[in-house]
Amino acid sequence: MAPGTLDWATIRHRYLRREQVLGIVYLLFAIAIWTLFLPHVEAGAKAKFGLNVVTGVKPIPVPDLVVPARETILLLGFIAAFMGGWQLSRGFKEPQALLAVLLVIFLLAFLVWATAGKSFNLTGMLASTVLRATPIAFGALSGVWCERTAVINIAIEGMMLSSAFTSVVIASATGSPYWGLLAAIVTGAVLGLVLAVLAIRFRVDQIIAGTAINIFAIGLTSFLSHSWLSVRQDLNAAPNFKPIPIPLLAKIPVLGPMFFDVNLIVYIMFALVIITHIILFHTRWGLRMRAVGEHPKAADTLGINVYLTRYISVTIGGIIAGIGGAYFTLGSVGRFDEVMTAGKGFIGLAAMIFGKWTPIGGFIASFIFGLADALQVKMAILRVPIPSEFLLMAPYLVTIIVLSGVVGRAVPPAADGQPYVKE
Amino acid sequence: MTPVLELRNITKRFPGVLANDHINLTLEEGEIHALLGENGAGKTTLMNILYGLYKADEGEILVRGKPVEIRSPSDAIALGIGMVHQHFMLVPVMTVTENIMLGAEVTKFGPFLDRAAAAQRIRELSRTYGLEVDPEAYIKDLPVGVQQRVEILKLLYRKADILILDEPTAVLTPQEVEELFEVIRSLVAKGNSVIFITHKLKEVMAIADRVTVLRRGRVVGTTRPEETTEEELAAMMVGREVSLVVEKKPARPGDVVLSVRDLHVRDERGEPAVRGVDLDVRAGEIVGIAGVQGNGQTELVEAITGLREPEKGTIHIKGVDVTWASSRQFFEQGAAHVPEDRQRDGLVLSYPVRDNLILNMYYKPPFAIGFRIQEKPIEENARRLVQEFDIRTPDIYTPVANLSGGNQQKVIVAREFSRPIDLLVASQPTRGLDVGSIEYIHKRLVAKRDEGCAVLLVSSELDEIMALSDRIAVMYEGEIMAVIPAEEATREQLGLLMAGVRPEETSEKAQAPAA
Repeated sequence: MAPGTLDWATIRHRYLRREQVLGIVYLLFAIAIWTLFLPHVEAGAKAKFGLNVVTGVKPIPVPDLVVPARETILLLGFIAAFMGGWQLSRGFKEPQALLAVLLVIFLLAFLVWATAGKSFNLTGMLASTVLRATPIAFGALSGVWCERTAVINIAIEGMMLSSAFTSVVIASATGSPYWGLLAAIVTGAVLGLVLAVLAIRFRVDQIIAGTAINIFAIGLTSFLSHSWLSVRQDLNAAPNFKPIPIPLLAKIPVLGPMFFDVNLIVYIMFALVIITHIILFHTRWGLRMRAVGEHPKAADTLGINVYLTRYISVTIGGIIAGIGGAYFTLGSVGRFDEVMTAGKGFIGLAAMIFGKWTPIGGFIASFIFGLADALQVKMAILRVPIPSEFLLMAPYLVTIIVLSGVVGRAVPPAADGQPYVKE
Repeated sequence: MTPVLELRNITKRFPGVLANDHINLTLEEGEIHALLGENGAGKTTLMNILYGLYKADEGEILVRGKPVEIRSPSDAIALGIGMVHQHFMLVPVMTVTENIMLGAEVTKFGPFLDRAAAAQRIRELSRTYGLEVDPEAYIKDLPVGVQQRVEILKLLYRKADILILDEPTAVLTPQEVEELFEVIRSLVAKGNSVIFITHKLKEVMAIADRVTVLRRGRVVGTTRPEETTEEELAAMMVGREVSLVVEKKPARPGDVVLSVRDLHVRDERGEPAVRGVDLDVRAGEIVGIAGVQGNGQTELVEAITGLREPEKGTIHIKGVDVTWASSRQFFEQGAAHVPEDRQRDGLVLSYPVRDNLILNMYYKPPFAIGFRIQEKPIEENARRLVQEFDIRTPDIYTPVANLSGGNQQKVIVAREFSRPIDLLVASQPTRGLDVGSIEYIHKRLVAKRDEGCAVLLVSSELDEIMALSDRIAVMYEGEIMAVIPAEEATREQLGLLMAGVRPEETSEKAQAPAA
């Protein structure tokens, strides 16, 4: 650079602090809400949101939510603008969590705009959000288990795909989804152990080891599906897990269909989010996991077995990815299709990063990704004049913004991805 | 009385090196035993064997008279042996309590952490030994002096009574060193025994009951501070007579060569590291920057040498504005840089000596004409410099990675000094070097000064700053606290400045009775 010239880095350093950048991002959201949605809504148009579902255990009926479209969009824009102003003047403590809130506000504004003058079943969409968030959340949890001990697991996708395959075959052969789930767990554990041995014992570059597992999984399952399952159709017709309504709780309007009338694998995901949180932050094992991920040598000098800790955590991460894999088949229609995971494992990793390597953060991020996913499916019903692919892009655009560090850097465990070498 | 610890004939070989050669050492109860030696003498290797991080090839270890086998740190901890490592073994994003309890957790209801109970125990230990620390604070928010207290508490929490401190004073101000010595004295008064690893003679004289000197993996001798002198210890450590003072004539400062005005620089996390530095370095003088590591010295040097963009302010070399200059522009102003981390920033380790000697001139005649690299001038240059700067290398084609630290540094010095320069920025030029190399580098720096070169010297070794500088600038939290003529500076005054006490406060303190 020539002496004296100004470039972006200089301008940013001189005139803008990160907090201010954030405030401006928030304000841009407000402007986007007003300019994108407001001009296209007729005055007086109402958006009708159905809050009752007709399938499953019917919750207690509640009146539908009818809101004036223009006013609601205006209000949502104001909330975003207020948050921007607050961030610029006072500053929030957790700007990254606030970004998640803003994203939800943006999606709501979009929804009101799309529904203006029509009616739309909100509860149905939220229930579908949970289902779509489930595999992503499994991916995020698997990532948390591995990366908290500093092993990067980008093989989640492959682990899910392999488990989806084995679970469907075993469940079809035995006629029991429980045997299928066990097969998924074993598959995940074996692949987790393979990654662990490659990464810990042989210190293979973890990205390459993970990629190898992914390619292997895609290749093998596609081949077997094509050449074997197409002949033995009886092995690709598994009994699936049916929704289990929880008495009373399932009757709660909106929340009931979302959280208390789902199948076993979704309940396992809820439980794992809570259990992982407790283990990670409130038990001896979690403290040691985190220490191994942040400063393995410090852990070693205190008599903690760094390698064993990593082996166990990565294997558990594999098991969790395996259960997530079973969701694609046993938690759905009981059939395996080639490459049916469709990148959900990778999206799970993005959710983990967005959620700052915490189980609860990862779950919330998965929920937002699931919301966008559910929304774009429903958009066809409302005949929205934009291609749904664009909406589907929104959460990934936000992920890119978050990861690029403009908004605030998410800090991975300090030793993430580095093999530990004992002297 | 049986010694608490006895090492017999400990031998450890690394490929090509005999790191420990039949070492014998005894530690009596309640004793402070200094282990003195240069870098690479085998001190840390020996202690890592004792702590179970390495396995000895030969020899035995006795704890309280009983032979023991130490295969891992857990074994060492179980025997009551604890170690404070030179580089702290603390997790920055965890609290003091979490760091201390790690591996020896207090739990309730089975596996659940009981942070409150652990914090309570830490408070009790803090009180007993006078080691003030907040158990709820995060390590990343604590100054290094306090982090060291946490390390010591970690050992006491595990009921260790044989404490190994590996170069514990490297990151401390002189006042913090005094505080540490107080803590060590109170530790031994309560029945603990301490092995104190150091290469600093003054510290041995100040704190040790006995001292064992290591040289090239062997014990040269064991003695008591009151029976010896610093000069004698230095001779034992190096194996020949060494002069502890740098001989130099009074400086004859000329025109201002480097001029820094109101310089602000941020570190890689975007935090302010240098806050409004004003500094002049004149031809023919050495200006030393003293300060505890991490007070902005690195960023200041990087900004001056073109490795980091300043936030605001100006830097001029011989009147030319180089505030936004690149490293190459910096070099082409007739300036040279001996970087802090010689292996990362000073050399390409896998390149041969001959290529490392032209890293800043490879694109210029005679080394390159047009696109073509000229082999002959490069080789001639390398042969000449290896001879002139006494670089010990098998040949000029050897990768610098294979040279010793001292010879690596000589490669950098040869490269930087072998062209006409008006400004030299030297950062930690003797870190990790043996005494012989240190003497050599010091002589070269003074010689450059006498040739009329302006020298900016950054070092965290206060002795080095005091020995070489004509003027001393003390840096604290990104600011220059004061610039003092070297002949007027005292260790105490510099130490207070390094701890952030302003000059006016210093003079008040000096008048007050000693605390």
